[in-house]
Amino acid sequence: MNIICAGLNHRTAHLDVRERFAVRESEMEEMLGRLREIDGVSGAVMLSTCNRVELYAASLCPLSALEGFRSILAERSGLEAPLYHHSTPQAVRHLFRVASGLDSMVIGETEILGQVKKAYSTAAAAGAATRPLHKLFQHAFRVAKSVRTETQITSGPTSVGSVAVELAGKIFGSLENRRVMILGAGEISERTARSLQSRGVRSVIVSNRTYERAAALAAEIGGMALHFDHWEKSCADIDILISSTNAPHTILTTEKLAPLMRLRGGAPLFVIDLAVPRDADPAINELDGVFLYDIDSLEQIAAESLNVRLKEVDRCESLIDQHVGGFLSWMRSIHGAEARGIA
Amino acid sequence: MERIALLAATLCYLFSFGHTLYALGAGRFRPGRFNFIAMALGAAAQGWYLSLRGAMEHSCPIGNLSETLIFLSWSIALIYLVIGPAYRLSLMGAFTAPLLLLLQIVALLLPNEISPRLFPPNPWVETHAALSLVAFGAFGLACIAGIMFLVQEGQLKSRRPSPIFHHLPPISILSEAILRLLWIGFLLLTLSFATGWLAHLAVAGGKCWFSLLIWLLYASILITAKTGSLTGRRFATATSSSFLLALLLLPVIQRLSSHP
Repeated sequence: MNIICAGLNHRTAHLDVRERFAVRESEMEEMLGRLREIDGVSGAVMLSTCNRVELYAASLCPLSALEGFRSILAERSGLEAPLYHHSTPQAVRHLFRVASGLDSMVIGETEILGQVKKAYSTAAAAGAATRPLHKLFQHAFRVAKSVRTETQITSGPTSVGSVAVELAGKIFGSLENRRVMILGAGEISERTARSLQSRGVRSVIVSNRTYERAAALAAEIGGMALHFDHWEKSCADIDILISSTNAPHTILTTEKLAPLMRLRGGAPLFVIDLAVPRDADPAINELDGVFLYDIDSLEQIAAESLNVRLKEVDRCESLIDQHVGGFLSWMRSIHGAEARGIA
Repeated sequence: MERIALLAATLCYLFSFGHTLYALGAGRFRPGRFNFIAMALGAAAQGWYLSLRGAMEHSCPIGNLSETLIFLSWSIALIYLVIGPAYRLSLMGAFTAPLLLLLQIVALLLPNEISPRLFPPNPWVETHAALSLVAFGAFGLACIAGIMFLVQEGQLKSRRPSPIFHHLPPISILSEAILRLLWIGFLLLTLSFATGWLAHLAVAGGKCWFSLLIWLLYASILITAKTGSLTGRRFATATSSSFLLALLLLPVIQRLSSHP
């Protein structure tokens, strides 16, 4: 049995490309089903975040798994995916690095661990994660914890949320009495809103296509839910707009925002577009008083301020090496047991 | 002696500006006391120069363009020393120093003979002239805050902020500072007009119309800002360009004052 990993990420593909291959949460179960239909693939976990689209699979035939994955992506997007691929032991090492935040645009960021956990639990719930994958991901979570606690890799502001807070501070000064609207009740937008709340934001409005989801998130963060049809009307009264909908097209356009900006009496509007595909047309940044940051620009800023973490990378890699060795020992023991069983 | 005072002030502003440039270039800038102390020493040297000239002329030393520029530069420095710490506007000193340096250098290059008196001693005339220049000092500082706003806004819009971004104040704070400085300048300028009326100065001629034009310009900026029809960028641009226009008109006004 081989562990394989194939995908594309922020280093190998620009946002324009990544957004074409992104797999939405609602499509994940179907995607996992299709991946398991590939010849030789016994189990699959699909990780789709704003920075990466990756398949982790247990397979007897890595080449067939890779070609199957490539053709599924090409069929979905109409593009040839610029995939990288690894098999054991590099695939194991890759996942450990991803879960520890070493492969992230912002080195040491911790949001990825939650996303890996979510990908694993979705696959487990769909019955797509087989024994080696269970073991692999459980091990990856231990590695991430070990790296985080035993090194300084997560020190300092690293997340999209902390960059958003700094930018909001440079636009508004104090964030007290600032009003935030969340469009699309996603996990990263929730975290960003929480970061802003920790700096004094009191009023948060949550709007989502599914009203119940908006209400649930609003209750959780002490905000107010709003029907999705009404978000534009409330836009004139807010200061920060965090958007992370699953819309396949842009919903924040110059045509929509220009009239709203005229109603705001010159007050600035900070638009944080966390969606992939993007919710905001980049042209809105040209509007007077609008400051648009998409996921790439936020992460780029964070990356620039985190050079200090690079010094910790070598220590992290040593720790990961030890854990890869541990996991490979387990795999060899399983193979040995299987071989003995067969014999 | 007054020449030494003038050179000392120029050196202070040069040190302030040079130190900030060096610190920013070396990536070691920390908002600290150096700028503030250098600016305070520069203002003190200018005050010394103006007091020497005032004693020689027995009036407010704004009889020629050189003295007027020094008085204006001194007003900007004084308002900065009051406003800077109150608003905690980091880097404002770094932006103010080059303007003061420029005004000082121009003043040093201009002829600086003591001008003959045009009017018999009248405290209202002196107050009128001094208030006008202090008002322009406030407008000058508003112009600097406006330039800082435009720089910071450009950084935010670029989405690739450079190291200076972290040291510049938030644009909302700068916007508030511009508005307050404009109000201070506008009220002082209005007061200056009132004192001119009390001094029975002629309400006619080019100087009067130029002054009225500038008063109307700032009044229109304040009114449009109050109605909320100006975005931050336009507000900052209008404020900065109005002062630069006023600065360009200053030699004309000065000439018209000397040859009414």
